[in-house]
Amino acid sequence: MRSLVAILRELLGLFVGDAGLAVGILAIVAAVALLIRTATLVPLHGGYLLVVALVALLATTVVRAARR
Amino acid sequence: MLTWSTAVPAVGAAFGASVVEVVEAFTIVLAVGTVYGWRPAIIGSSAALVTLAAMIVALGGLLGAVPIHLLQFVIGVLLLLFGMRWLHKAILRAAGVVPLRDEQSAYADKTDQLSELSRQARPARVAWIAGLAAYKGVLLEGIEVAFIVIAVGAGRGLLWPAALGAFAACLLVLGIGALIHRPLARVPENTLKFAVGVMLSSFGMFWTGEGLGVEWPGNDAALLVFALLFAAVGLGIAGGIRGRREQVRP
Repeated sequence: MRSLVAILRELLGLFVGDAGLAVGILAIVAAVALLIRTATLVPLHGGYLLVVALVALLATTVVRAARR
Repeated sequence: MLTWSTAVPAVGAAFGASVVEVVEAFTIVLAVGTVYGWRPAIIGSSAALVTLAAMIVALGGLLGAVPIHLLQFVIGVLLLLFGMRWLHKAILRAAGVVPLRDEQSAYADKTDQLSELSRQARPARVAWIAGLAAYKGVLLEGIEVAFIVIAVGAGRGLLWPAALGAFAACLLVLGIGALIHRPLARVPENTLKFAVGVMLSSFGMFWTGEGLGVEWPGNDAALLVFALLFAAVGLGIAGGIRGRREQVRP
């Protein structure tokens, strides 16, 4: 049982390392999806927003982790 | 249709990621084999490979039933989580914030841990513990390889080329490992992780966008642009942090 829990925990760890990064990715994707679905943005502009926001998120989380 | 612009990054990502994961699995199996003998190491590893094969067959059957846009979106998001996590860690390692992984010391830690366990356990349980350690190591690293192969391959019918890339990596690492019979400490693991993180993040961006209905300008060529962007940002940040740390150091 303990081994199974350890395996499941490590599986979750494949996708979640820095919690801020994981939550940020999900929030950005959800926001862009919402903006496209509600026709606030045309899909291509949503795509550009996705690129800029994800790259900015990566830079921010790395710099923040380096300062800790 | 299979194009070079998607096949080469897919095969490259599967190969590079598999080298990293198989090196880590090899270190664990080598430690188990050295401490407990090769029988439990081989039985545990083989059982993990059978479990992995069963998971891949079961998952492969399900993938065909999922609509392509939904599949691309889900895999795209998972790739973003997985790839950007690797890239994040690789940038911190390249900047000197997080120490580089040392396969020799990982091997020493594992053998110490296993020796301690075997002293504490009853003799009848030792073989079971050894087999389980090999099983868990190979299964966890193998799941990462299987995920990467499915993730970079499933969205564009590239499962077989990606699987071949992973298989070639396994053969290469296990071949060298069998020859030298030591942990593979000279593999430039962080460079590989950085490159694979860049590629997986690019695939993730591309497929998440496609899943949301984005038609990227230049189609598959957009993958290259994303890869260059992630690489430039990653190298730039790593260089910047390293430079600032050197200035601060007395």
